[in-house]
Amino acid sequence: MSRPRRRWMLALRGVSKSYGSGDIAVHALRDVDLGVERGDFVAIMGASGSGKSTLMNLIGCLDTPTSGRYLLDGIDVGQLDDFQLAYVRNRKIGFVFQSYNLIPRTSALRNVELPLIYARVPKHERRQRALDAIKAVGLTDRMEHLPSELSGGQQQRAAIGRAIITEPAIVLADEPTGNLDTVSSQEVLQIFSRLNVAGRTIVMITHEAEIAEYAKRIVHLVDGRIASDRRTTALNAMPPKFEPGDVSRSASA
Amino acid sequence: MSIAESVRIAFQGVLSNRLRSLLTMLGITIGVAAVIILVAVGNGSAVAVQQRIESLGTNVVSIQPGGFGFGRGSGGFQSSFTQLTTKDVKALQDPTGAPDIKSVTPVASGSVTATFGAASYSPSQFIGTTPSYAEARKSPVEAGTFITPQEESQHARVVVLGTTVVSNLFGSADPLGQTIKLNGIGFTVIGVQAPKGTNGIQDQDDIAIAPLTTTQDLITGVTTGLSQIIVEAKSSHQVNAAEAEATSILTPNHSSNGSANFRVLNQASLLQTTASTNHVFTVLLAAVAAISLLVGGIGVMNIMLVTVTERTREIGIRKAIGARRADILGQFLTEAVLLSVLGGLLGVAAGLIGSRFKIVGVQPVVQTYSVVLALSVGIAVGLFFGIYPANRAASLRPIEALRYE
Repeated sequence: MSRPRRRWMLALRGVSKSYGSGDIAVHALRDVDLGVERGDFVAIMGASGSGKSTLMNLIGCLDTPTSGRYLLDGIDVGQLDDFQLAYVRNRKIGFVFQSYNLIPRTSALRNVELPLIYARVPKHERRQRALDAIKAVGLTDRMEHLPSELSGGQQQRAAIGRAIITEPAIVLADEPTGNLDTVSSQEVLQIFSRLNVAGRTIVMITHEAEIAEYAKRIVHLVDGRIASDRRTTALNAMPPKFEPGDVSRSASA
Repeated sequence: MSIAESVRIAFQGVLSNRLRSLLTMLGITIGVAAVIILVAVGNGSAVAVQQRIESLGTNVVSIQPGGFGFGRGSGGFQSSFTQLTTKDVKALQDPTGAPDIKSVTPVASGSVTATFGAASYSPSQFIGTTPSYAEARKSPVEAGTFITPQEESQHARVVVLGTTVVSNLFGSADPLGQTIKLNGIGFTVIGVQAPKGTNGIQDQDDIAIAPLTTTQDLITGVTTGLSQIIVEAKSSHQVNAAEAEATSILTPNHSSNGSANFRVLNQASLLQTTASTNHVFTVLLAAVAAISLLVGGIGVMNIMLVTVTERTREIGIRKAIGARRADILGQFLTEAVLLSVLGGLLGVAAGLIGSRFKIVGVQPVVQTYSVVLALSVGIAVGLFFGIYPANRAASLRPIEALRYE
């Protein structure tokens, strides 16, 4: 069995990040090497202070490393200016935050559509893609509602719709179930599993082991270093807890 | 991001806090309305002055006994007091000495009480004059006739009344042909002067006009001098020449200690001075109004800074999903401009409505330039004061903005 050459969607090479300088410098990440392949579903685990937020910010191109290289879909992010970083965030990364972070007073559909507005996608195409994305997260019947009129789970599903609408290289989720009850958490994780089945690369940051079990690979971060990196499910296999079914069935729950 | 999208998002921002947006707009509204109204008031009073100049007749110079001021050697002293007489009138009428003078109209003033039946009224002005008065003073009759040369030479007991006098004596009845008594002497009403309104000091319709001859016979007496001589120049360009000629003709007979005992009032130039004062006044008013516009702009800036702080997290989200610096800058700048455009349009509406009413006795006359200027300055102010807050928003670092609670 010959292995095909690995295709890194995301590759961190000797990445360090420190805040401050001299004696008071805080080393949030120390010499991290991490590669994520296309189609993988990776959970990054760690206690608070382990550097996982810093890692998330670096992967999400919200911050740049102090040293080391970061390649995202073949692009050396360290070389980019503000304008190009905005472009990369727009096209290559789909963010899902713990606190949903939808734009207030803006309908779910408009929120989902927003990245395409910044990508200068023409209105007609934009609307069609937004409708598709909102359908993929099973929120069609609630799409005209404002975030304040949606439950936490529904808001997070809208946020996922927004994350996938640009067909990004990776979906980056930071504690996506942190604010959700068990049922909503299940739904959200099933959506991630489904997206992964559809071929999307997912990096999920969490501190809960049972959430991490949904991923195919679990990376532990301790004190800014990778302590363990364990693959639980083959890259080409289905995500471990994936339940085939129609997501829109659970949408009205 | 397209302009339509920017405007849409900006509208959402403006509508998300209606009261605050409205109060912010009010600053610009008041500024714009103030500029429009105050310029209109200044302009309105200039227009009123212009009308007064025209109603006086632009080509006339008025000569009155007495000097300027109250000092020694001028009209303030009884000894130097002079009387203007019909002899002076004749001298001024001589075309060889005064080629630029078209007509000379003597005016004698007195005070009378007019009665008609039971009605009694004292006009504020009673004058005796000659037929040329009507043209020199631009006082045509509305009904009947003015004093004719025959009536003047025949010492006819006839009178032309102003509309104020007519309404006081006759109410709505027709005064023509009626006989009224002036200080007990019967005069026939031959004409009613066309209404002239106020000249700013007195009601020009509160007047009774009789022939000079009759007036000197019966009311003022021949020995009392004329109250003024109205000199009409042949054209508006010759007014100054006519004034100089009149002065040189009168000076030999009416001076003491080398200074003239009469004064020459070129009323048109006097009012032109008033008009230019008015212009300065208008500019000052506009400057004060412009300051309020500036204050309104600072209000916009203040609110935009608050908005940016409030929406820090939103800015972070937008940046995280790919908004560029220019997108954020555009969004907040559009919002600031939108506030000032809406405020400015409200201001134009308020200014135009406000200018329909009389303000301190002046009917404002709206100037198109002031509307355009006020609105565009208002918008420019919004743009200018929006730059700093918008730039601040655009410069926020996404991680810090996302972490903001």
